[in-house]
Amino acid sequence: MEVLKIATAGSVDDGKSTLIGRLLYDTKSLTTDKLEAIEAKSKANGFDYLDFSLATDGLIAEREQGITIDVAHIYFSTETKSYIIADTPGHIEYTRNMVTGASTSQASIILVDARKGVVEQTYRHFFINNLLRVKDVIVAINKMDLVDYAEEVFESVKSDFQKLIDKSDFKDQNITFIPVSALQGDNVVDRSSHTSWYKGQTLLEHLEELDAQDVYEKSQVRFPIQTVIRPKKDEFHDFRGYAGKLYGGDLSVGDEVTILPSLTTSRIKEIFFFDEKFDTAGRGSSCTITLEDDVNVSRGDMIVKSDEKPQIEKQLTATVCWMDNKSLNPGTNYFIQSGSSRILAKIKSIEGTIATDFSGEDNSKNSLGLNEIGKVSIQLSKPLAFDKYHNNKSSGSFILIDSQTNNTSGVGFIV
Amino acid sequence: MEVIEKIEKPIIHKKLEVNTLESEAIYILREVAAQFEKPVLLFSGGKDSITLVRLAQKAFYPAKIPFPLLHIDTGHNFPETIAFRDKLVEELGVELIVRKVQDSIDQGKVVEEKGKYASRNSLQTTTLLDALEEFKFDAAIGGARRDEEKARAKERIFSVRDDFGQWDEKNQRPELFDHLNGKIELGQNVRVFPISNWTELDVWSYIEKENIEIPSIYFAHKRKTFIRDGMIWSAEDNVVYRDDSETVEERTVRFRTVGDMSCTAAVLSDAGTIEKVVAEIRSSKISERGARIDDKRSEAAMEKRKQQGYF
Repeated sequence: MEVLKIATAGSVDDGKSTLIGRLLYDTKSLTTDKLEAIEAKSKANGFDYLDFSLATDGLIAEREQGITIDVAHIYFSTETKSYIIADTPGHIEYTRNMVTGASTSQASIILVDARKGVVEQTYRHFFINNLLRVKDVIVAINKMDLVDYAEEVFESVKSDFQKLIDKSDFKDQNITFIPVSALQGDNVVDRSSHTSWYKGQTLLEHLEELDAQDVYEKSQVRFPIQTVIRPKKDEFHDFRGYAGKLYGGDLSVGDEVTILPSLTTSRIKEIFFFDEKFDTAGRGSSCTITLEDDVNVSRGDMIVKSDEKPQIEKQLTATVCWMDNKSLNPGTNYFIQSGSSRILAKIKSIEGTIATDFSGEDNSKNSLGLNEIGKVSIQLSKPLAFDKYHNNKSSGSFILIDSQTNNTSGVGFIV
Repeated sequence: MEVIEKIEKPIIHKKLEVNTLESEAIYILREVAAQFEKPVLLFSGGKDSITLVRLAQKAFYPAKIPFPLLHIDTGHNFPETIAFRDKLVEELGVELIVRKVQDSIDQGKVVEEKGKYASRNSLQTTTLLDALEEFKFDAAIGGARRDEEKARAKERIFSVRDDFGQWDEKNQRPELFDHLNGKIELGQNVRVFPISNWTELDVWSYIEKENIEIPSIYFAHKRKTFIRDGMIWSAEDNVVYRDDSETVEERTVRFRTVGDMSCTAAVLSDAGTIEKVVAEIRSSKISERGARIDDKRSEAAMEKRKQQGYF
């Protein structure tokens, strides 16, 4: 079954958890024991309705404070698709969680409170979806029940949001506006009788039509080697298999390939998946290949089609989102990890910070603090094969690992 | 002279289509083998760890699974599970390490719980941590899934634990794209969850599709049972505490999860085949953990256990 990963973003009290709870409830995904727990807790908290947010807030501190702290993953399925929702908190200080959630998602739901309209947080949420090139963005204008389901309110929020879209440089992004009430269940799964002026789809109807295969973007073939498989068995005496996950496109037996960074060339001899052989491996599959020639390939190398080479360089510039309490400063060393490749790197310079409200760059600062985004120039100790993030998400992104604490301190999108 | 052109034998084009969840799990298992010195796969004999074993076979074929299996034996296992475990290990030719909760009790490291709800489930943590220490395992692969429970929904794929095995839920490493960071300090270890994103139904559907053998207790069978708190408990093997007022009756049941017998309840079912089990799960209105008394102790039971090093 198709799997669609969705990130959700909204400010505190926009009703994000309630929306997810409503999706679960109306698709009959909440089991009896979970529903009973929600009923009991809602009653104990003095609500006369079901507090669906209780379905997602998992940690003790979250329930006590009624907020979401960490990315939570929620699962439900319909006849046609399996859905994975990365529920990310909306507080300013948790930009890192939103970026994390969006990095593995194909679609994103941004919540806007119909009474408050587009606020600073909305800018930030949309900016992150933009930066990460999330293909489908659904703007759910929530709490329509509190504005009498007025079309003017919906249209006014929509036109405010349009001003943000005008500032975006990602013109292929599909943006869909839906008037909803998560609490009352309007236009989430079932069509609302209160919004006869709205002719579009409900949230679930829209999600059902999205192409989940697009998660693996169509671009150039990238096959980073995770591990070399050498069975010590008689029947596979000289077997050298290169195991990895295939990104960007399909790879077939006979394809002429180049191994990076050595630039050696060969051809694909066999494609294995478990004990079966295939002529072609589809993008996204985790397969094992063998090559016609006896060449030197190890973990961290990348196999590409010979006519689709990426850049291979010892320096790069990237938009970096910083996720560590310890700020990022020029002259410091970090490990850069992109897939199976991990290389020691030095931060050459921070060219400026980028405002998440689309107001542009500030070139006066030369460090990046927690949750700040900036343009960073990096020197590598060895050549790395990479793409621009806009062309290839997997080989165009990396994480920065602190060499002392081992923390994942930041994420970079190569420009 | 007429030249007859050689006719090429037609090639049968077979394309490997992606199964997103399977591909993700295999990717994770290969990262573990590559990034860690001494990984181990935690094997309980339950369906999730059996699924992990199949995924590991696929990840490294034609080589053998490059890490041993570790079974933390509560001593309260269903006998069918142990027989199944030993057969599987022999077929795979991998090393099996067994460490017993009973030994931890005998050494005075943990104290057996008493009373009606006594279970060895939370005692497992000490035995597990000791085993990780004893063999210097730096990565322990487990079959936990995010859909099982609320605290698990917040768990990472690579979950870093300190020397005490503790989960610091508010200070977890962000995980972006497929860039998994397995760098750790000496003394730390990582719990790895390759099937984090699978649901119970995904696991069962996979077992059906792949024709994976599982222990017989997952299928409907006749069993002596009694009822407490609306749940059905096994009255065989004298593991589950039962007082005289609780009457034993033979019922046709099966188990949805296979944990410690003392905290795993059965469900009434006549699903005798994998197809029927999948159909039953698909229409089920009770969550899998609904049959685990260990999670019913309090709303935050799992979170608290994880902070203490439970996987």
